[in-house]
Amino acid sequence: MSAEQRIETAPGDEPPNEHETGGYEAGGSVTIYLVGLALAILLTGLSFFIAGTSLVWRPSIPVALTVLAIAQMGVHLVFFLHVTTGPDSVNNIMALAFGVLIVLLVIVGSLWIMSHLNHNMMPMDQIMRMQR
Amino acid sequence: MTAYQGTADTDPNRVGNHGRSPDHSALTDHAGGGLTAKRVVATYGFWIFLLSDIIMFAAFFATYAVLVGETAGGPSGKDLFDLHNVALETGLLLVSSFACGIASIGAQRQNNTWFYGAMSVTFLLGAGFVALELREFIGLVAQGAGPTRSAFLSAFFTLVGCHGLHVTAGLLWLLTTMAQVFAKGYRPDILRRMLCFSLFWHALDIIWVGVFTVVYLMGAGQ
Repeated sequence: MSAEQRIETAPGDEPPNEHETGGYEAGGSVTIYLVGLALAILLTGLSFFIAGTSLVWRPSIPVALTVLAIAQMGVHLVFFLHVTTGPDSVNNIMALAFGVLIVLLVIVGSLWIMSHLNHNMMPMDQIMRMQR
Repeated sequence: MTAYQGTADTDPNRVGNHGRSPDHSALTDHAGGGLTAKRVVATYGFWIFLLSDIIMFAAFFATYAVLVGETAGGPSGKDLFDLHNVALETGLLLVSSFACGIASIGAQRQNNTWFYGAMSVTFLLGAGFVALELREFIGLVAQGAGPTRSAFLSAFFTLVGCHGLHVTAGLLWLLTTMAQVFAKGYRPDILRRMLCFSLFWHALDIIWVGVFTVVYLMGAGQ
């Protein structure tokens, strides 16, 4: 079984080795979705718990929420969209990686530039006074 | 290498000719593919669409994050958001995503009970989500916190409303898919559409993870 014999999978397909026998094994597929659902519920619950709790240091809450959200997006990608790191889904992964790059550029870039503009701008009341 | 070339054309499980010879690019491989290859190409194209859709949402997220403090003396997220409602919406959409996965298994196995049952559950949960969101929007507008109140609320209604519109469109697509399976059966082209629909539905749930984290949880905890 060399890499040459792989079967390319469409996005959303389960990895080919899951149903190599040809038929879909109900147990296997449903188990993937059940595991994904359980993990997603766990991460969502943690997010809602942390947002309302006073147990942790307040400024750390947004960071914790961000980490939990990214983890949950990963769970959705792997267990619901069946994105894997196998050689059979290289095209899908490359497209996804490019999408993530653009998303990061748009979000981080906007926040970065706008916060700098805010810092460097004169307070509004001062501008008003100068215009009189 | 040469021995492999001999078997590649006769292997019914092959999709395209990937890895057979270095002078074949991926594009020409796809163009010469059969029915299975079409499935891969069609869903890959849909995957690209989903990523571009997510990039559009990234722009709305960036806008929201920049404008979240610009309340113009009006109410902020802390005053407006009801986290119980959001938790309920999140649960509905998550279980609906799971039901959609079960429905796609049902479609692959051509099992009517699983397919129609799970699709109906997906629809009802998705419709519940839209109803809750509409109720929230109507409540906000009624207390004078509509999209015209401040830059923060404009960005909020754009981002969350755009997600809600996607879910509504997804519900219509879901009904269309069910009707097509009912009228035409589990044909390969219909199954391809079903696969695209399930990709769309799962992607909407991923975007909702961003919405409830960035908008509601961070907004309410300010």
